[in-house]
Amino acid sequence: MRTALALGLLLAASAAAHAQSGAAEGQKLAFDRGKGNCLTCHEIKGGDLPGSIGPKLENLKSKYDRTELIAILNDETKRNPLTVMPPFGRNRILTEQEISAIVDFLQTL
Amino acid sequence: MSALRLLLALATTLGLSASAMAADKPDPAADAKALQDYFVKKFPKVAFDDFVNGPYSMNADMRKQWEEKEQFPPYEFALDSGKEMFAKPFKNGKTYADCFANGGIGIRQNYPYFDDKEGKVITLELALNRCREANGEQPYSYVKDEMASLTAYMAYTSRGKRFDIKIPDDPRALEAFERGKEYFYTRRGQLNFSCASCHVQSPGERIRAEILAPALGILNAMPIYRSEWSGMGTISRRIVTCNSQTRAVPLEPQSDEYRNLEYYLSYVSNGLPVSGPGARP
Ligand code: HEC
Ligand code: HEC
Repeated sequence: MRTALALGLLLAASAAAHAQSGAAEGQKLAFDRGKGNCLTCHEIKGGDLPGSIGPKLENLKSKYDRTELIAILNDETKRNPLTVMPPFGRNRILTEQEISAIVDFLQTL
Repeated sequence: MSALRLLLALATTLGLSASAMAADKPDPAADAKALQDYFVKKFPKVAFDDFVNGPYSMNADMRKQWEEKEQFPPYEFALDSGKEMFAKPFKNGKTYADCFANGGIGIRQNYPYFDDKEGKVITLELALNRCREANGEQPYSYVKDEMASLTAYMAYTSRGKRFDIKIPDDPRALEAFERGKEYFYTRRGQLNFSCASCHVQSPGERIRAEILAPALGILNAMPIYRSEWSGMGTISRRIVTCNSQTRAVPLEPQSDEYRNLEYYLSYVSNGLPVSGPGARP
């Protein structure tokens, strides 16, 4: 029982730590001009010189769950065929892991 | 979604009529009207002639900086050298003036045109190099320096004249126009942008720190000086740059596709004045 609880706590702690490092990594990827380069189009807290083509990225947790955010990053043209947002997953601009890290970051906004 | 379906979807949002879009019935006049109406409606405060000023027509702050800069225009050196080059005879004694209508003065607004002997679109940059080659001279690079200087001078002598691009009643000319339109609206490259993604859907918006120019009048200010280039660039240079910045593979300057694209973009800007050479941040 004790060990189970301890183990549970340990797991929870490491999951939190993981999400945190995921979010930090995700922020880097989102801001990197050679990777997500999301600032080209979106205002994002902590980023300089944002563009204005897309909406400001904020309060995303209240709007979308994780699966929906992954879908937007994979291929936003599925939701909106006319969108100018690049299909990061479909066109392999970002890997699955990179998208996952960026979604960790988006969920902190 | 296929390129054509996307084209149709985008055209519908532009209010282009379905018949104007059907591949079997090109109607350039209707396309030009639809595009002009779209921009006039989207930017009711922008005076029609002002669309030729690209990003400056869209943003008051940028416009102010530009107006101050125009006191000492950064393209002046190109204009001076262009004028000199234009007057200087080739080794055979002829000059550029011998290759063009009206001695090459005040004719920018008529380019590109459709050549019915060749069955193709002839741009001003292409005509200049052909003139050189016909007179035993080496062609210039299409993207900068000499070519930009020559076109800068020719644009300058045409300032204020309104684009007057003709599409003769020739199926090949109509096809060139249609192909150009298709190139403009087709998404390409890893980032999946079409020219229209930026210059029809997003003009006036910031992409990072740059303000996107509207497709309407987008060639009227060419060639341009850009601080980012620390120099002048031609139409060819700008289009190649836009293609490569969006991780699409650029074509050869003056390829058929680019010539058709220029034909499309110029025709839909008919009625707008030549404002080149231009200066951009
Ligand atoms: C070239 C422009 C562009 C780039 C680059 C871009 N986006 Fe977008 N994005 C948009 C536009 C425009 C929308 C608005 C919705 C639409 O067009 O379907 C959008 C919508 C979104 C949304 C939904 C926002 C909401 O409030 O509904 C999210 C989340 C998002 N983008 C995340 C990203 C991330 C993360 C990146 C970088 C990895 C990115 N975007 C890169 C243009 C862009
Ligand atoms: C992802 C965005 C993007 C795409 C896609 C794009 N451009 Fe551009 N374009 C720009 C930016 C940024 C500039 C510089 C700012 C401005 O003047 O619009 C520019 C400038 C231009 C200019 C000069 C306008 C001026 O007044 O200075 C021309 C002409 C042009 N683009 C043509 C094209 C063509 C043709 C295509 C397609 C082959 C294309 N662009 C695709 C972003 C884009």
